[in-house]
Amino acid sequence: MNIELLTVDSARTAVLEKQVTATALVDAFYQKIEAEDPAIGAYLTLSKERAHRQAERVDMLADKGDALPPLAGVPVAIKDVLTTKGVHTTAGSKVLANFIAPYDATAVARLEAAGAIVLGKTNCDEFAMGSSNENSGFHPVKNPRDHSRVPGGSSGGSAAVIAAGTAVASLGSDTGGSIRQPGAFCGVVGLKPTYGRVSRYGLIAFASSLDHVGPFGKTVKDVALILQQMAGRDPMDSTSADLPVPNYVEQVGEPVKGMKIGVPKEYFGDGLDPEVRAAVEGGIQELAKAGCEIVSISLPHTEYAIPTYYLIATAEASSNLARFDGVRYGVRAKEAKTLAEMYRKTRDAGFGTEVKRRIMLGTYALSAGYYDAYYLKAQRVRSLLARDFDEAFGRVDAIVTPTTPTPAFKLGEKADDPLAMYLADIYTVTANLVGVPGITVPCGKSKEGLPIGLQVLGKHFDEATVLKTAHVVEHALAANLT
Amino acid sequence: MVSEKDVSYVADLAHLELTEDERARMLKDLNSILGYIERLNQLDTTDVEPMAQVASRYGVTKDSTGSKAFAYAMRLDELRPSLPHDEAMSNAPQTDGIFFKVPKVIER
Repeated sequence: MNIELLTVDSARTAVLEKQVTATALVDAFYQKIEAEDPAIGAYLTLSKERAHRQAERVDMLADKGDALPPLAGVPVAIKDVLTTKGVHTTAGSKVLANFIAPYDATAVARLEAAGAIVLGKTNCDEFAMGSSNENSGFHPVKNPRDHSRVPGGSSGGSAAVIAAGTAVASLGSDTGGSIRQPGAFCGVVGLKPTYGRVSRYGLIAFASSLDHVGPFGKTVKDVALILQQMAGRDPMDSTSADLPVPNYVEQVGEPVKGMKIGVPKEYFGDGLDPEVRAAVEGGIQELAKAGCEIVSISLPHTEYAIPTYYLIATAEASSNLARFDGVRYGVRAKEAKTLAEMYRKTRDAGFGTEVKRRIMLGTYALSAGYYDAYYLKAQRVRSLLARDFDEAFGRVDAIVTPTTPTPAFKLGEKADDPLAMYLADIYTVTANLVGVPGITVPCGKSKEGLPIGLQVLGKHFDEATVLKTAHVVEHALAANLT
Repeated sequence: MVSEKDVSYVADLAHLELTEDERARMLKDLNSILGYIERLNQLDTTDVEPMAQVASRYGVTKDSTGSKAFAYAMRLDELRPSLPHDEAMSNAPQTDGIFFKVPKVIER
């Protein structure tokens, strides 16, 4: 069995039909990880004991001939910003290098309850702050498609394991594009659901009004299968929505004839790489061929999304990251004589440059005298961005854009220029500010063979349409990608 | 423009010390990022409500506003099990078994 090619469906079927036991499948994945992951660096921790326990449970069910749960035996990887009970959970930060989480994130618990097997925790930018994975407190991740390039970020490890075939599916988090951007760079499918669709309980907070948990997979159907198990109200997250969860999987493959697809002109302007433009336009043509009506639209405030995002995200981060003070958990600086000195030395030693930069920016934006000019101003512009989408979705069913302005860039290329790095998220941040669902799906390759992603955005809680639309692109263009 | 003094003041608020090099870099980066952020002032937002979060966009129905819109998020005011004490303390850098221990707060 070539485990590299397994999908969520085929992995479960293999276990169900006893072509392989869950235990043997897990062993095969660990063998592959140990042989191949050191060159990529996607995993931070392997949760072998936990994985084997779960595999045994699945095998026992299979032996008894019981009905197997929907993700039975499916090996998954979890971004290290989601807590896993009894397993290291670092958020990619040295300040949490020794942290063993005392409870499971809801998203993780729900996958395991559905039979999935957690292979380990994946590398990421520290506290999910970054677009290249170079801000990991431990080591960068390399793009499996080209080791001289970044996998994207911040969920670079979770995207890389799918591209490398070292997990069948994975979870990431997306605060400004951190699932969709690495998904595009690594040539895999990544979904950011609607805000409130998936519980954030156990997600180490970066910017609470923008943070989302979502899946990566090889196919649109795979991310639908994972979303299906995670979605729904969780009393542990008061922002998780009390709305019914539709059957997503059933909708993948449904016809899109007559659907209206909006193409916003602001997403096809200066700064868009010509090869990315051509590939995304190719995807749009496929949607037209499938019977969609392509409508030119405008999201007039698009150029203000990045500055709005970097004020709101950093303001929330400066507050959320105050908890890392060396008192209750994490690595405490030893040589301090007073409490205040202990806070400073712990945070100085524990946080990397980008995290400090964002805490500084956010603290500045919230400080007396600047609150109105920066934070409040950004919140008002956030309303304007939401209005742009309300108006657009009054006319169209889904919006299609490039996921990123360029294919994966080189390691080190933007490392010294924070602003250039922030602009890598120019097409993805708005969905976080507005809360709408978005997916990236591969739609082509550059001449150099680098993957290109197409983004579909939908109405709040209309993941079904997003998945259906992305599937058309996947189905039409998959042949070009292998 | 952010000044060196601002950097020191904000670092103090954020409980960061920062080395000389880090301060210099922070000064440069904050000014560059804030320079880019300036473009928000091109927009007149006088009559635009600030948006703090997106949940209000699905929680609110026409006849329920404010906190009533989030009635579904309420729970009964009753005791529920929470993380056991020993597990909550298990990651503590320093503890006497009951409390977290920290360096001296006030010098006598």
